[in-house]
Amino acid sequence: MARQPDAREVALAVQKLRVHFAKRGRLRFTSHRDFQRVFERAIRRAEIPVAYSAGFSPHPKISYVGAASTGAASEAEYLEISVTQVCDPERVRVLLDAALPPGFDIVEVVEARGGSGGSLPDRIDTSRWQVTLTGVDPADAARAVGLFLQADSISVERVLKDGRRTLDARLPVVSLGVVEAPGSTGCAILEMVVRHLTPAVRPDDVLAGLRQVSDLAPPLHPKVLRLAQGHLDESGKLADPLAPDRDAAAGADPAAEIPATL
Amino acid sequence: MSTLSAESVFSRLEPLLMSVSKPVQYVGGELNSVVKDWASCDVRWCLMYPDAYEVGLPNQGVQILYEVLGELDGVLVERTYSVWPDLEALMREHHIPQFTVDAHRPVGAFDIFGISFSTELGYTNMLNALDLAGIPIEAADRTDDHPIVVAGGHAAFNPEPIADFIDAAVLGDGEEAVVAITAVVRTWKSDGCPGGRDELLYRLARTGNIYVPRFYDVAYRADGHISSVTPNRGGIPARVSKYTLMDLDAWPYPKKPLVPLAETVHERFSVEIFRGCTRGCRFCQAGMITRPVRERSIDTIGAMVDAGLKASGFQEVGLLSLSSADHSEIGPLAKQLADRYEGTNTSLSLPSTRVDAFNVDLANEFSRNGRRSGLTFAPEGGSERMRKVINKMVTEEDLIRTVTTAYAQGWRRVKLYFMCGLPTETDDDVLQIADLARKVIQAGRTASGSRDIGCTVSIGGFVPKPHTPFQWAAQLDHATTDARLLKLRDTIRTDRQFGKAIGFRYHDGKPGIVEGLLSRGDRRVGGVIKEVWRSGGRFDGWSEYFSFDRWMTAAAVAFADQPVDVDWYTTRERDRAEVLPWDHLDSGLDKDWLWQDWQDSLSDVEVEDCRWTPCFDCGVCDTMGTDIQVGPTGRTLLPLTVLT
Repeated sequence: MARQPDAREVALAVQKLRVHFAKRGRLRFTSHRDFQRVFERAIRRAEIPVAYSAGFSPHPKISYVGAASTGAASEAEYLEISVTQVCDPERVRVLLDAALPPGFDIVEVVEARGGSGGSLPDRIDTSRWQVTLTGVDPADAARAVGLFLQADSISVERVLKDGRRTLDARLPVVSLGVVEAPGSTGCAILEMVVRHLTPAVRPDDVLAGLRQVSDLAPPLHPKVLRLAQGHLDESGKLADPLAPDRDAAAGADPAAEIPATL
Repeated sequence: MSTLSAESVFSRLEPLLMSVSKPVQYVGGELNSVVKDWASCDVRWCLMYPDAYEVGLPNQGVQILYEVLGELDGVLVERTYSVWPDLEALMREHHIPQFTVDAHRPVGAFDIFGISFSTELGYTNMLNALDLAGIPIEAADRTDDHPIVVAGGHAAFNPEPIADFIDAAVLGDGEEAVVAITAVVRTWKSDGCPGGRDELLYRLARTGNIYVPRFYDVAYRADGHISSVTPNRGGIPARVSKYTLMDLDAWPYPKKPLVPLAETVHERFSVEIFRGCTRGCRFCQAGMITRPVRERSIDTIGAMVDAGLKASGFQEVGLLSLSSADHSEIGPLAKQLADRYEGTNTSLSLPSTRVDAFNVDLANEFSRNGRRSGLTFAPEGGSERMRKVINKMVTEEDLIRTVTTAYAQGWRRVKLYFMCGLPTETDDDVLQIADLARKVIQAGRTASGSRDIGCTVSIGGFVPKPHTPFQWAAQLDHATTDARLLKLRDTIRTDRQFGKAIGFRYHDGKPGIVEGLLSRGDRRVGGVIKEVWRSGGRFDGWSEYFSFDRWMTAAAVAFADQPVDVDWYTTRERDRAEVLPWDHLDSGLDKDWLWQDWQDSLSDVEVEDCRWTPCFDCGVCDTMGTDIQVGPTGRTLLPLTVLT
């Protein structure tokens, strides 16, 4: 007879926290799985009362939203954790940031609030990226960008686990341009706003598109940095995904709602 | 002493990392790693585990020494691991040297380059790291500008095959040894490095515990046998003794385990609950060279587990030793740890368990509220006779009783470890493994009332090792090993009644022959290692990189004008009078006792464990001035506030 887990109660989640964090420096080489392991251990060291799923192998209740790929740095990564005791978000930010290695930096923690904002994944449909092309003349980059934007669609190939796939690199690109960066010589810096589609088009795919329309071929691997994520509004701006929670918290009476203890 | 710049190579390495697999393994940044200021330290160590980061990072020995050295004032210690061929190619193209993961400093800039060998299959990786570091492969070619290269770990009990490539070897426990080496290097440096490299090595050798191959001459007879190994200058001991740490409670390392960013093979906090083993299994080098048994006390273990979990955030604790259930207080320890961490999603594991119903109780304790999936036992020999030869005192009755208990209590799978190619073994001894597995399944079905139970047989070739009673034995050739394993596989597969419930895993015999060559080799084997490395040999512990043909071709080249060959080192039985390559390296074991035990094994005579029966004069305690240290202490774990 297979053993059953005890019917002991699994502590219930009483609060959901939304976490905005950055992946900087050499930590850009971590994969999403690496980050998950590091984050779960940091939660344990920081003694954050995270809720666990029930069952034989309980997992901490953490949901990740659209992680940047291995090698890309990011100023704007998001996740949600459920906790079994009501926590002060700022205190959680400080504890988690101290428990994480430098380079995984917690930017902000807010309590998830109801209201009109919708779920966190619903608030994130677009990213703004910065791509640094070392050894590329900005003028060459600008020419390539011009050709790219003129095209209606640009098919690029990517090797995925289940074989090669053809993507339209042009379709999700909302904007693309060469940034004026005084003082930076010998490199071109691109900024692009790219909608999240399935399958995802990544900055690498956009670069493949640039190469296709203009033979732009950086001699070194590009440095990719996600600057922001959020909902693309009608004016073409990215809305901060945590703004609705922050606004809701500001409207409520903080003393009544958030005890200052863990 | 090195004049090489210690500046970080990271800015040159970083652009290459996007082109290699799993770049995170090269960036360092482990929790609890320490980067010290180069200039403010006067003795600088680089430690290496000569395998990929995912294997090397969790290595307990390197972690302990890293922490012991890091705690010393004025001592800087960093780590390096083998780089995969994709990065190696880029490093050679861009002239980036072998680097540490802590501060990405060139390995060649350190004073001491310490390499830990759990297995001889890391030798080619050492040569590759030396070459990438810009350190001459041959110790004789090094100058005062190069680090001294020190080998440690179990393979260092016969470092003769790498004697030309290392400057020194340390036998035995490393904790006190690295402190002693540090002191010698510090004094020599503060004296103004008198006499250069040679004088430093001489000072190390004169301690009596550090083996410096260059101070020993090996003479050979015309037929290839060693005639003598003798010191070639005054003040050098004729035999070098191993280090034995006599108070594990005084050295509670690791305190702050390294927690990597990258995924590694062990994701847990391991505490060694005792060192040494006197079970007397005749094939087991670890059990022979780590005597006597020295227990860590229950309260030190409890404190280490608590501190280690808090410092790491790990969710699993492993209680390590060569036979963990033999700790004199394992019962209370298991129960009290299980009590302490109940409901915290912390799991406990006990590797290396004996075939014994008591172990099932322990495993039950460790799997409270959890899934009872698999239990592992190691009868090692398939037949009763074989188990007597190897002194693994497990009867078939013991095994059946143990697995019956396990299956009855909800365990679904049992894994059984065996060896093939043991001395005096015949096909029939190995085929009896199939009978045993059948009986295990039968007992399991009866005990559990279910057909949903399984048993996995895992078997590999036996490699005779130095400092064991089997050091004189002939290794079974790989063709016969493989033929025997295939017969066993076919016997299991064609069993209609039980075959489907029995899994079969085996390792083919060829890597074992190379391991055998390196384990019992002498200095002439160095030429083979060098030739293998030169022709591209790397990562010999990985089946996708290991090439038997490369080793055999290199051996043919290296032994071309020698009266020896691979068979001479592996499948040849030695006689009592033969000078063994490691006779001048003292593990404490009395050679006459080892010989007697070898003879006893051939007549199926068993030897008891000296923890529970009178001393049987293996020689270790007399030679080393040590004694067994076992409890019980009667103490209990201190209460503490548990993690939530």
